[in-house]
Amino acid sequence: MPARHEPIFDRYSVWRLLKESIDGNRGWKQAWRKPEPKARYDVVIVGGGGHGLATAHYLASVHGITNVAVVEKGPIGLGNSGRNTTIVRSNYLLPSNIRFYEYSLRLWEGLERELNYNVMMSQRGQLSLFHSASERDAAVRRGNSMLIQGVDAVLLDREAVRAMLPFIAMDNPMFPILGGLLQPRGGTARHDAVVWGFARAANRRGVDILEHCEVTGIRCESGRVVGLETTRGFIGAGKVGIAVAGNTSQLAAMAGLRLPIETHLLQAFVSEAIKPLIGCVINFGAGHFYISQSDKGGLVFGGALDGYNSYSQHGNLPLVEHLMSAGVSMVPALSRLRVLRQWAGMMDMTMDGSPFICRTSIEGLYLNGGWCYGGFKATPGAGWCFAYTIAKNEPHPLNADLTIDRFFEGRMIDEAGVGPKPWAQ
Amino acid sequence: MLLIHCPYCGARAQDEFHYRGDANVERPAPHAGQKAFYDFVYARDNPRGWHVEWWHHYAGCRRWVKIERNTVTHEIRTVKGPTQDTR
Amino acid sequence: MSAHRRLQGGHIDRCKRLTFHFDGRRLFGHPGDTLASALLASGIRVVGRSFKYHRPRGIMTAGPDEPSALVELRVGSRTEPNTKMTEVELYEGLQARSQNRWPSLKFDLMAVSGLFGNMISCGFYYKTFMWPASFWERFYEPLIRHAAGLGRATCLPDPDHYEAVHAHCDVLIVGSGPAGLAAARVAGEAGARVILCERDFLPGGGLLLDPAQEIWRKEMITALERIPDVQILLRTNVFGYYDHNLLGGVEQVSDHVPEPRPHAVRQRYRTFRARHVVLATGASERLIAFRGNDRPGVMMAGAALTYVHRFGIAPGKRAVVFTNNDSAYATAFALAAAGLDGVVLADVRRESRLAAKLRAHDVDVRLGVEVNGFGTDAVTLEAQSGGRNTVRADLLCVSGGWNPNVDLASQSGAKLTWDAALATFIPGAPAQAERSVGAAHGISGIGEAARDGLAAGLVAAKISGFGGGCLDFPLPALDGSCASIEPLWEVKTSGKAFVDLQHDVTANDIRQAHREGFSHIEHAKRYTTHSMATDQGKLGGLLGAAILAEARGETLEKVGLPTFRPYTKPAAIGALAGGATGKRFQPVRRTALHAWHLHNGAVMKPTGPWLRPFYYSAAAETGWAAVLREARGVRQSVGICDVSTLGKIDLQGPDAATFLDRLYINSLSPVAVGKCRYGLMLREDGIAFDDGTISRLDRDHFLVTTTTANAEAVLEHMEFYAQTVWPELDVSLCSVTDQWAQIAVAGPRSGMTLANAVEGLDLSNAAFGFMSVGEGRVAAIPVRVFRISFSGELAYEIAVPSRHALTVWQTILTAGQEFGIVPYGLEAMDLMRIEKGHVAGSELNGQTTAADLGMDRMMKSTGDFIGRVLSARPALADPSRPRLVGIRPIESGMPLRCGAHLMSKLGSGTSLGWITSVTQSIVLGHWIGLAMLENGVAMNGNTVYAVSHLHDETIEVVVSSPNHVDPENVRGRS
Repeated sequence: MPARHEPIFDRYSVWRLLKESIDGNRGWKQAWRKPEPKARYDVVIVGGGGHGLATAHYLASVHGITNVAVVEKGPIGLGNSGRNTTIVRSNYLLPSNIRFYEYSLRLWEGLERELNYNVMMSQRGQLSLFHSASERDAAVRRGNSMLIQGVDAVLLDREAVRAMLPFIAMDNPMFPILGGLLQPRGGTARHDAVVWGFARAANRRGVDILEHCEVTGIRCESGRVVGLETTRGFIGAGKVGIAVAGNTSQLAAMAGLRLPIETHLLQAFVSEAIKPLIGCVINFGAGHFYISQSDKGGLVFGGALDGYNSYSQHGNLPLVEHLMSAGVSMVPALSRLRVLRQWAGMMDMTMDGSPFICRTSIEGLYLNGGWCYGGFKATPGAGWCFAYTIAKNEPHPLNADLTIDRFFEGRMIDEAGVGPKPWAQ
Repeated sequence: MLLIHCPYCGARAQDEFHYRGDANVERPAPHAGQKAFYDFVYARDNPRGWHVEWWHHYAGCRRWVKIERNTVTHEIRTVKGPTQDTR
Repeated sequence: MSAHRRLQGGHIDRCKRLTFHFDGRRLFGHPGDTLASALLASGIRVVGRSFKYHRPRGIMTAGPDEPSALVELRVGSRTEPNTKMTEVELYEGLQARSQNRWPSLKFDLMAVSGLFGNMISCGFYYKTFMWPASFWERFYEPLIRHAAGLGRATCLPDPDHYEAVHAHCDVLIVGSGPAGLAAARVAGEAGARVILCERDFLPGGGLLLDPAQEIWRKEMITALERIPDVQILLRTNVFGYYDHNLLGGVEQVSDHVPEPRPHAVRQRYRTFRARHVVLATGASERLIAFRGNDRPGVMMAGAALTYVHRFGIAPGKRAVVFTNNDSAYATAFALAAAGLDGVVLADVRRESRLAAKLRAHDVDVRLGVEVNGFGTDAVTLEAQSGGRNTVRADLLCVSGGWNPNVDLASQSGAKLTWDAALATFIPGAPAQAERSVGAAHGISGIGEAARDGLAAGLVAAKISGFGGGCLDFPLPALDGSCASIEPLWEVKTSGKAFVDLQHDVTANDIRQAHREGFSHIEHAKRYTTHSMATDQGKLGGLLGAAILAEARGETLEKVGLPTFRPYTKPAAIGALAGGATGKRFQPVRRTALHAWHLHNGAVMKPTGPWLRPFYYSAAAETGWAAVLREARGVRQSVGICDVSTLGKIDLQGPDAATFLDRLYINSLSPVAVGKCRYGLMLREDGIAFDDGTISRLDRDHFLVTTTTANAEAVLEHMEFYAQTVWPELDVSLCSVTDQWAQIAVAGPRSGMTLANAVEGLDLSNAAFGFMSVGEGRVAAIPVRVFRISFSGELAYEIAVPSRHALTVWQTILTAGQEFGIVPYGLEAMDLMRIEKGHVAGSELNGQTTAADLGMDRMMKSTGDFIGRVLSARPALADPSRPRLVGIRPIESGMPLRCGAHLMSKLGSGTSLGWITSVTQSIVLGHWIGLAMLENGVAMNGNTVYAVSHLHDETIEVVVSSPNHVDPENVRGRS
């Protein structure tokens, strides 16, 4: 049995940067170790994305459970954690969603200090524009829901939007801009940094991050999970938490569970880098189009799903055409800019558009999934709640509604009123 | 853009069709109970690989067609009419 | 200034001179030039500053792999930031500015950042700027944002036009080098429909670099132009390979002229659906890492050859060529032939079959020698056997070998395989109907590439059903070379050796990333931003991977490359939108009466895909006054409204009644012929879906209306259940929304009005009571008449074939003239339905059940219908759920607001519900509203607070029945 590694930890600061630069940057240590699997852990989290790593971090830091492994079939953070549009916000309509995402947003606000890692959380505001009276009414209902829950929201009229975003088209014949609902505390964060920051922080507390370790089976004995079959051998586990966005149905099927989830494709795009043009995150109702500008200068934008079940991670042109049309129609300045790169992620789309953080019918097996395309902003909140649920074997009030049972009971959390059509959520 | 060989209209572009998910789930008998309807409306195999699914040729013959498509490669193997068996 | 321009040779029209401006300087070039070649010909050396260290940079390449020579092209609303000079075809009056420098290119103050180079190594921003937290948005981040980015975008709308063209072909060929031309010709002559795309403005690819091939190139193009089914698209870059052999491209139609001709497009978005694809995309030369490999004067050897042979330029005065393979010998030869003195070729290999030949042409060939640094006009050479010397040179040409351009093959699904002889990745077995040929497949030599292309073209034609034909044309001679390459990635010295010039990533950054655990290629890429710049990693992608492989102690084959994703080169967003922007973003649907509305003062409003009259504005009337006037007109006398946008579905067949019984929650089979009934349908999950009226026109013939918003969805829903769930039911259905216009005539005098207009139908209450349907004529045109009411008044709807809508509308207007008939719009209709307590989109919002809407009593107690089972789930059947209620302010003068929440106490953190619809009631004289309220029915008569924190508003409201006006429906029935 290999000797247990001493947790290594480089504290980051400007002084440390200075010191290392004098040494030619040769003194930096690995941000996380690459250990061999142990025979057994108290908790094994399947999925080394932001959610899985955050869960491991909070299991260790909040609940003192440090005999934890995160198993990941590839390298960490290359699933949806590394394929999103980096938006962070809590501007939801339904109270249970507002409470959960607001808690997550508060965690975001302290994440740099919590992790000693600059995740570049940038609260430049998130503005959802409305194009009709009925969309305005829905925005007012939503904004008031937020304010009642103590979340920041500001209603902007048409002139205020024009003043804030002088470059947008106010008068499209079918999508005039009547105003917008602004969440000033919304914004973006650097997606990869969140993964690396949680990995480093979890590693520091002794969590083993096992990359290139694919789960091939979930071993249960008399209704209770006992461990995982993996490509790096059997790993015993007291408890197992699944956090494998996109592949949730596949993992659950290994334990005989059939979930109300379909896997769908979502594309995103980034333009060539330009000098600052767009300050806040903007979301247009027209054709479902959202855009922000990264610190590096690229305009990051996306829209709706391609609209059919897919695990392919590559998108097709109908959505591209529609999205570019919507983009140029709403932000004419985009027309002469160039799109640099396109990518796609696999979304766990649920039947009401809301996620799961819950126990399952198998003792010791817990589920975090179904994030549709809202998973990135949930990263710290989901990790925190999932860690709580695993540690206490019961949900925290923040995630008490996020169960699979809600569909048996008729307690759907359907923000958009779309119903059980995952491809249209 | 997928190319779908509609059994009634021939090869047509994907944007003539609307999608409606898993075609292997069947509406239960009226008195089958909530669990059976839960399975019909909500529970999905969500396979990684071949998937039988409904598409509606709304901009063509307006038939619902059953398509066997690979969810990893997007390859389409068969396209059948609404009451034809897939395999 | 054309000191560097040779007198002859190349594809340059020296008879014409073009004037252009760079950073305000007036310069000259010729047709055939790119901006890069014209600047080189003008002796300009420094053209940009780098991203992070603001180091001076020159022109490095001659194509889309250019990392450094980026400009803001054009001015004003046509500004295009980050444009690669190497891809800009020169035109008269061109204006370009360098980027990312302040105040000027020569003197860039930001270059001080270079002094902190070691401190701002990869990932430095993750490790600092954390304290104090509030400084991030206020201080650090703005600083970073302003320092980052490259060019500046314009905020002005684009004056140019774009369009989309979707083509089908048998064989699509990407690239017009020797392989592409041969494939196109053989497939074309076999009879296949061929499209040949070339990103450049001249066809020929590598042929353009070899004057000896010019005759063959021209012959091939002439031959291709004679084949009717071969289409050659120049200036067309294929950017992505998608499913089912669909590829996307952008054709730069007018980027080589000052501005597009009138009515011409700037760029054309193209898609190609091909039976077979031949990828003849060539190869890109790769950089070697050494100290100073980014300095102005460093140029890829192939690019230098291009500037000499294609553009007739000597890109320097004294040159060193640094190579590890044979290809750069042509560059040294060309430079010497162009008259450069003392060309030195440093080859890391100890042997070269070409050395003797080159020495015969006065090139100083040094074998077993590396370049270990490039400083001001001096190249340091170091022999492997020891010994170092410095050679004076202002041009350093580099060749680290060639990488096949595998982006499209990789996107198509083909796996890449490692080719040890070439030390690079080549496309493996195809996953779709495609084949990579020529240099794109790792084949070197023009004759070899042409033969590979020919073979692929034959196969492609045959697969598409075309064999035989005249396939006899000459091919260039075989090169016969067996180019051996000695992989060399880095010459290790102190100082910055770059692997990604645009993002300023150095070899040391890659090693540091590995040291910190970012050892997977995707991690290293993301941590250092290596190969994420606008050259898409073409220049240094493999180089970075090689340095990572060395650091990991593993093979490059094992390390691999990051995923290739669209776009092969960046594409204008306006082009991809294909012209479907602004007013063409979404098609607009108009009713048959649209023109009449516009001529009569209607203020139109988008409603889903439709434009509908919001209200009709009389002179000097504000919106609300018009709405109140219209509603009052209806309630007091009679009004007329265009309701054509309602979805209309015609159902026929012996089982139509059974089918409808299963669709709606209420029973419809008992409806008598000539009668209508209101119906509500649920989704299968028990949530309310849509409502409308069902009219029985005959025993087996029904007409159903849907809401405007759900017209399409309800039709698909019905078709789904009819075709797939209950195929045994004999029912046919189709949409007749567009075929029938529909006109509502409402108000106490609507009966009298229609009595004046309708013939052949007895409209008396006894003969044609509430919820009747019948046929009659208006102005001799057969119409259907429905006695149904949304406003709650005595009301009718007249359905008329769309082409006669205007006649019927005007006839009714004339008939109602004596009663002061008033046309009314959506807003007045909404006002009256709120008075009446009818639900619309804000209540039927996909979150409410039949019970929530107070319609649970309509549910039939026996028999199947969609949504019956799941609507009984405990939480949906919970009586405390928010239910539809009416509200009115306690103080009658107060307005209400949609979206306000209802609370039992002030300052409560708990919402009991929300307001869905509000209006100013003309019957009651004050504001009224509809709301969803917990325990709604039990709350009747209670007072609650309507709170809008967004507006800082609180109003006390009284809860009532939603039927504010005429709850017994006396008016509608009388």
